[in-house]
Amino acid sequence: MNIFSFVKPKNELENSDDTKQNVPFVPEEMWTRCPKCNTMLLTTDMEENLNVCTGCNHHFRMSAAQRVELLADEGSFCEHDASLAGGNILDFPGYDQKLEKARKNAKESVICGECLMGGVRTVLCVMDADFMMGSMGTATGEKITRAFELATERRLPVVAVTVSGGARMQEGILSLMQMAKTSGAVKRHSDAGLLYITVLTDPTTGGVTASFAMEGDIILAEPDTLVAFAGPRVIEQTMRQKLPKDFQTSEFVLQKGFIDAVVNRQSLKPTLIKLLKLHGCREEKK
Amino acid sequence: MTAYEKVTAARDVKKPTAVDYIANMFGDSFIELHGDRRFADDKAIVAGLAMLYDTPVTVIGIEKGRNTKERVERNFGQAQPEGYRKALRLMKQAEKFRRPVLCLVDTSGAYPGIGAEERGQGQAIAENLMEMMALKTPVLTILIGEGGSGGALALAVADEVWMMENAVYSVISPEGCASILWKDSAKAPEAAEALKMTAQDLFDLGVVERIIRQPKTEDKAMFESLKLLISRTLTKNLSLDPDVLTEQRYKRFRRIGTGHLIT
Ligand SMILES: [Zn+2]
Repeated sequence: MNIFSFVKPKNELENSDDTKQNVPFVPEEMWTRCPKCNTMLLTTDMEENLNVCTGCNHHFRMSAAQRVELLADEGSFCEHDASLAGGNILDFPGYDQKLEKARKNAKESVICGECLMGGVRTVLCVMDADFMMGSMGTATGEKITRAFELATERRLPVVAVTVSGGARMQEGILSLMQMAKTSGAVKRHSDAGLLYITVLTDPTTGGVTASFAMEGDIILAEPDTLVAFAGPRVIEQTMRQKLPKDFQTSEFVLQKGFIDAVVNRQSLKPTLIKLLKLHGCREEKK
Repeated sequence: MTAYEKVTAARDVKKPTAVDYIANMFGDSFIELHGDRRFADDKAIVAGLAMLYDTPVTVIGIEKGRNTKERVERNFGQAQPEGYRKALRLMKQAEKFRRPVLCLVDTSGAYPGIGAEERGQGQAIAENLMEMMALKTPVLTILIGEGGSGGALALAVADEVWMMENAVYSVISPEGCASILWKDSAKAPEAAEALKMTAQDLFDLGVVERIIRQPKTEDKAMFESLKLLISRTLTKNLSLDPDVLTEQRYKRFRRIGTGHLIT
């Protein structure tokens, strides 16, 4: 028996055949194991590669702040409604504590603001998985709605990066209403002839999929992203049947005709800039 | 009644379903129209045209079925993307002919199946939300039983939303909520209470405008008074400029819940 078998992180390293040999000693916390291909990645290397596995192209999750950094031109992002927050409107048991805990990571499940993207002024909404798994509450919906209203008024394009477990059940029906509200704001922006691009990231599910995530003029997704209305667990429970391989991945929904393209993280910003310019959005003069 | 008793009442198979409402209020004037022109005809959604006194209306209902055979045929009132697309097709048609739309909602939710996902359940619902918000003809939605999440909302972006006194409307079923949050679906009664899903709760939250007394299938007089109420509301909204109407509809949803936000 392998004597390391009970020391988990080290065990993975010891057992992985291709990394074992020429690896110099590096403390455990500097390694990240890719869940897809099991390669041990040097955390610094991985960060340099935009949190993408160098072995198999697995896209790790990113924080909303990292996303903003990835997409906005350096120093150009200006956050709007940063202090806007919701409360425990329904007096839902345990929600106050959950909110308090979540607020240690982020203020709400979405960051909205304006930035330059390749010099093009753009309204940017980025959801945050670190805040209650990107669930959509009243404040989330309000921030997104305001972002679209502002974009409509100032005739700006919108880019929304989604990641969400769905509607936030602790806000009951009011979270459901955010789906209608945000969709209404998207519709007005659209009717004004303005461009809206969505970028679906893992996972995009439930009420967000059934509202603004699927309402873009152009819908992009990162590789191997879960894109679903009813998530795989819900379907498996209801259907009591195994789901086909790769079901509900971005590649699958691309093949089914529901998104425009699967785009690697490395080419995401250039792709967005290209699309903005194809819609006549111009670079601001320096 | 406790919140969970209301949930049970909303699911009661003996209460009138959408087709009962249609038969009682519109009788022989109703003519059913089928299909989404893209994939199929979803029997979970029954839709067509009818005369509301002397006004033609488009009626769209989610139908659970009145007996086991019907329930299977109607997929227990769980619509698939083609159902929502059929509804949207007929709403756009109503807009063209400036006909008011009446939606009757009774569903535990949109169907969570492989085919439904493959054919874009999320996209179908999203499109309805977007298009209904801007539909230039009056829309009235009545929740006549269960209002299950996005599958109900996809027919409830309306100028006014009414609820039967024993109907419920929620972002998630109390069982689902209890099993996710407390790993115990037996705690559904507590979840039903916490979710604030009864007609009175939703009226207090400004999510519905009117609570309607629950008619029984044979209760002709009650259907008649409901019909009168529907007619008054739709006629009033039909007299409004379409842009004013859609502006009001947007503001209606824009307002809900915002009073509690902290800036
Ligand atoms: Zn990998």
